[in-house]
Amino acid sequence: MRLSAVDTERCIGCQSCMFACARRLGEAGLASTCIGVRSIGGMERGFKVVVCRACDDPPCARVCPVGALQVRKGGGVRLDEARCIGCGHCRDACIIGAVFWDDETAKPMICVHCGYCAKFCPHGVLSVETAETTESAPGIGMAVRGESMERQERLERAPQANNAVDATEKAEGAGANA
Amino acid sequence: MLKADPLANVLYIDLSKKRHWVERREDLFEKNIGGAGVAVEILHEECPQGADPLSPENPIIFAVGPLTGLFPLASKTVAMFKSPHTGNLGESHAGGRSAVAIRTAGYGAIVIRGANDIPGYVAIHGSEVHFRDARTLWGMRNSFTVGRIIRENEPAAGLRSIMRIGRAGEKLIPYACVTTESYRHFGRLGLGAVFGSKKLKAVVVSGKHSLPVGGGGAAEYRRVYDQIYQEAVASPVMKKYHDLGTPENVLPLNALGGLPTRNLKDARFEGADRISGEALAEHYLGRRLACSHCPVGCIHIAALREPDENEPYFYKTSMISYDYELIYALGSMLGGSDPEGLLKLIDRIEVYGLDAMSTGVVLAWATEAQERGLVSEDAAGGLRLAWGDYPAYLEAVRRIIEQPNEFYAALARGVEHAASVYGGEDFALAFGGNEMPGYHTGPGAYLGFLVGARHSHLDSAGYSVDQKVLTKKQIGPDELAREILKEERWRQVLSSLVVCFFARGIYSPDTTAAALRVAGFDCTSEDLQRIGAVIHTRKYAFKFREGFSFDTLRVPERVSETPSPVGTLDSRYLQAAVDYVCSDISRAGC
Repeated sequence: MRLSAVDTERCIGCQSCMFACARRLGEAGLASTCIGVRSIGGMERGFKVVVCRACDDPPCARVCPVGALQVRKGGGVRLDEARCIGCGHCRDACIIGAVFWDDETAKPMICVHCGYCAKFCPHGVLSVETAETTESAPGIGMAVRGESMERQERLERAPQANNAVDATEKAEGAGANA
Repeated sequence: MLKADPLANVLYIDLSKKRHWVERREDLFEKNIGGAGVAVEILHEECPQGADPLSPENPIIFAVGPLTGLFPLASKTVAMFKSPHTGNLGESHAGGRSAVAIRTAGYGAIVIRGANDIPGYVAIHGSEVHFRDARTLWGMRNSFTVGRIIRENEPAAGLRSIMRIGRAGEKLIPYACVTTESYRHFGRLGLGAVFGSKKLKAVVVSGKHSLPVGGGGAAEYRRVYDQIYQEAVASPVMKKYHDLGTPENVLPLNALGGLPTRNLKDARFEGADRISGEALAEHYLGRRLACSHCPVGCIHIAALREPDENEPYFYKTSMISYDYELIYALGSMLGGSDPEGLLKLIDRIEVYGLDAMSTGVVLAWATEAQERGLVSEDAAGGLRLAWGDYPAYLEAVRRIIEQPNEFYAALARGVEHAASVYGGEDFALAFGGNEMPGYHTGPGAYLGFLVGARHSHLDSAGYSVDQKVLTKKQIGPDELAREILKEERWRQVLSSLVVCFFARGIYSPDTTAAALRVAGFDCTSEDLQRIGAVIHTRKYAFKFREGFSFDTLRVPERVSETPSPVGTLDSRYLQAAVDYVCSDISRAGC
């Protein structure tokens, strides 16, 4: 499955998705969010939603000098944090700015396409698309995203966050509030 | 509170010395929660008695609360200062991105002292504070342009708030506002003039801190969060604010006979259908926006497409934020039923950074004063104001900013002052020095305007008591006063949590206590009630210290001349209710 911003014109800029992404890890605030909502030159012009679009041939992985980013089946990448040297080439290579940065670890943070944020989009801007090739195993969120050990442990304890949410349920959730 | 919580960090900025530092103030937050509770204590600490509100002595305080950044709808920033408009408590609240930005920048409050010697703005990015030159921005006609320039000069798009003033603030107009995120305002009581007096064009705040959660850990955090979020997106009240927004109230209030019209000569407006929430949504609504961390999105933006007067096929499209209070103050109150005229006037006021409510009431008084011959066309510089004449009102607003003669200089000081010069106090609609909000619903509303610590309809929502109680049964002045006081005291809790008042139904005492436990505060609902009462007392202590007195409160005769939905207002009843509040507050230790 992959996350998709299907209609940014519906976005009201509430940033609930950004908070959801951090909360997945049990955190409040915005330090570890992997999705960004910002205005296009002022609120009057609407918003853009910056999120990994799970490229089939991801430039971020191509430029990684140490092979820390591996192309995920179904698009996107997974980070092997142990290998990552924090050079930032992946961030520079992503022309939509979807490689976010963890200032504490000085390493990238990239969407794992778990779809948790879409559950908290009140207006149907985000949705999760299921491709035939998608791995639907639970634990997708936990397995893919590069985390520090501490975070990884927290993630394992998190009941909702580390389960890939059923796509149907999510679609209904988004629809009901749209 | 949680030991690691940056909430207790208070950032002090001294504009005169170009210094900044952080103090841990757990004492303040543990006792007073945050927001209004913390801000009023800092105001007592920082503002010397008798300070000139437009001098460097007057502090500006911004405060947020423990739930900000943790839970939806805890999305307001409380600003406190000494008001240049009333001379006592200055307090206004705004949303936008301000609250989340302050909290995730790592602060619970920001205190600004002193004054710039040349125009400047302050950029706060997490722990960095920059004093920037704003000489190029000073005097710029359009506050939207100022926002655009600062946006390009500063980092952290999407994670920042840009609080700025327009020409009104620079000109020290005591009802100038501070605008944030283009469309949200610290509107009332003149924070814009306090910015202007400090030659402070803007304050930019950004951050992306993570915030700790305690009690029950991540699972409990998500449980409480999901409950609040679900209520927010499912509740009918919130749907109302999302669908039509606050302008949904135009038609019901008009049907009730509580919509102030033509300077409250009437309380029903025959043109209400054309400027209702329904009409504006159908013909002009172009976008809806939300404050950061609020899934509701009550902010309604009209797209106004105007053809050029001379050049064919040349159009400009302006995006203009409208709300109930603006439709009242700049629509019905001015007898204006032309929606495009109304939107243009709203836009002009936004461009200058004036408080829309005060401006509307000032213009309404000026129109009637001219009508009655108190102000000649000559005195008004050749301008004839007439109900619904938007070209004249657009020009009048320009002159309030430019102040080409004494009349406009008087208007620029508010309706109370203008009437003291030209007469017409009976129809100068201010309470406690603050121009009235749009509710002629009955004694509850007026009692709230008179005795509310901010003289705002939001202090105690007296209009709600009028509509829910007084339309059904009569109650004595003492009982009304108790209702108003009870509501205002509970609202001190909400505005210390900085929960949006629209969400007051969701943040019940029990839900609030559960959310606070996640944030590391162990408060019972009784504790909260007690804290609310203390904060209310502290606000009044400041008001009294700065010369406020119940004895000098003035009720313009106009409010008794125009029947309200609950009958003709009895001034003796209102006075009795004010007396009750006065003795209650004295008993509370002021």
